[in-house]
Amino acid sequence: MLSAYTDFIRIRFLTMLAYRVNYYSGILIYMLNIGVYYFTWQAIYGDRGEIGGFTASQMTTYIAVSWMARAFYFNNLDREIATDIRDGSIAVQFIRPYNYVLVKMMQGFGEGLFRFTLFMIPGMLLALILFPVRLPSDPIAWIGFLVMLFFSFLINSQLNILTGLMAFFVENNDGIMRMKRVIVDLFSGLVIPISLFPGWLSSIMQWLPFQAITYLPGSVFTGRTTGTGILDVFAIQVAWFVILLIPIFFMWRAARKRLFVQGG
Amino acid sequence: MNAIEVEHLSKIFKVQKSRAGLKGALQDLFSRQYNEVPAVNDISFSIPSGEICGYIGENGAGKSTTIKMLTGILVPTSGKLNVGGYVPHEEREKFVRNIGVVFGQRSQLWWDIGVIESFGLLRKVYGVPEQDYKRRLDELVQRLDLGDLLSRPVRKLSLGQRMRCELVAALLHNPSIVFLDEPTIGLDIIVKTEIREFLKDMNRQYGTTILLTTHDLQDIEALCSRVIMLDEGRIIYDGGLDTLKTRWGQGTRITFQFGTACPLPKLQALTSDLAVSWTADNDLHAEVLVSSDLNVSDVLAKVVGQPEITITDIKITETTTDEIVRQIYQTGSAQNNASDGQVV
Repeated sequence: MLSAYTDFIRIRFLTMLAYRVNYYSGILIYMLNIGVYYFTWQAIYGDRGEIGGFTASQMTTYIAVSWMARAFYFNNLDREIATDIRDGSIAVQFIRPYNYVLVKMMQGFGEGLFRFTLFMIPGMLLALILFPVRLPSDPIAWIGFLVMLFFSFLINSQLNILTGLMAFFVENNDGIMRMKRVIVDLFSGLVIPISLFPGWLSSIMQWLPFQAITYLPGSVFTGRTTGTGILDVFAIQVAWFVILLIPIFFMWRAARKRLFVQGG
Repeated sequence: MNAIEVEHLSKIFKVQKSRAGLKGALQDLFSRQYNEVPAVNDISFSIPSGEICGYIGENGAGKSTTIKMLTGILVPTSGKLNVGGYVPHEEREKFVRNIGVVFGQRSQLWWDIGVIESFGLLRKVYGVPEQDYKRRLDELVQRLDLGDLLSRPVRKLSLGQRMRCELVAALLHNPSIVFLDEPTIGLDIIVKTEIREFLKDMNRQYGTTILLTTHDLQDIEALCSRVIMLDEGRIIYDGGLDTLKTRWGQGTRITFQFGTACPLPKLQALTSDLAVSWTADNDLHAEVLVSSDLNVSDVLAKVVGQPEITITDIKITETTTDEIVRQIYQTGSAQNNASDGQVV
């Protein structure tokens, strides 16, 4: 049975590989994004040494690593689940002796592996050449970042699964999915680091799971969080991972009762 | 032993009511109203192991909803269910290992990967040992003639090819109970026949219990010893196909083609001592309906021997199952309406 779940990872990876050409343009788009934010921040910094606890050089690294992390953790599980529910193919998922949510997670991870090796790493190398990104010298920061990156993927996928499962309860969850995408990009600190938010908003953000996706791993990579601080922020990620399992569990259970297979 | 037991099973869907107009739409935003639509309404039946049972009814009669409850996809609103020793929706993951399901209108193969890869993945999902899998796959591939399809991606298969692959996918783990929801929909007659033969053999060889829904009554005639007929969520007939025919069959129809004009009253006069009914489009063409308690030869003897009647053609036809079923659907609904939900 376990080998079935790992097979879902493998097959998704191979399927993605077949479409790899699509992702070459993706790398360019991400470079463009990094470029836009890089030059904007350059202009904002001017002669100033530090904004919101970030030096100009840390900001450059933060932007690059945040976008490249997104290249890895991003997936369309919400859309896939919503489509399964709306066209009724969810019925087929229920006649198989496996857990659908877990299968989706595995497929997401297969996609993540592809994105990591063929999107994030080449993208990061290109970013190193194009922008003055400073890589951490401390191996602890590297290890901490990579482990946290994996949890970024988990938490982002959990949010996607929750958003996708909402299709069970509302007729059309397109709006919710679009809103989720904007919220994750904004509140995770991808667009603006959370320490630059107004005080009240930034303190709200500390009680939401989004910062665990981009801001926390980014702060480890840029060296703003070091030593035992890494363990502290990692603990926040783990906590959110565990907490988010609860609504998924209940939503899935409620969905089983509500299920209304579309199209007879 | 019964493979499937259903007692007082009901499924009621809540369907949101949309009120008319802009005002209605605004009201809908704040307070929603629901209609309760019973898709399946208090049905009971049991199917012994090894039986092939046909489950028929008009569109929207509740066939698919029943299948979805029996396979654990839907949770019933009320009633008791037992399929292969399990309550489907309660122990879903354990229960589904023992059943196979084919949805004629939905693919259960993975669109992007090769057929054989899909099968390999299903082997792991169901935990079929490698050797059993090989043996079973060889057997199925040979029986359904899939040899050169195996390496193709599913999206490149024709409907007939895909349906044969769907069957293999549903049967790889050798389930003891198989549900088929319109398995022959949209297929040509050759593939249909092939699939029917295959299902019959499987039933004979492994004693597989099969429940199938269909709109093609030839499927039923070829496969099923028993039919359950559904109308508006209720069972209106449950029994053998033969009984169905004798109970609802209208007997035999004889069609005459005359060489010279032969008016209807004359024909009626000839058979006045037999309880038969004549109809005629014109003087050269007439039909007589002979109920099953009369002999066809008696009626023929009255007409054929007459010197003044020249007959150019005679056709004798049995009422087909299609006709019988159409009639039951029509009268079934009519009776339901007339007597406020009386079951036949």
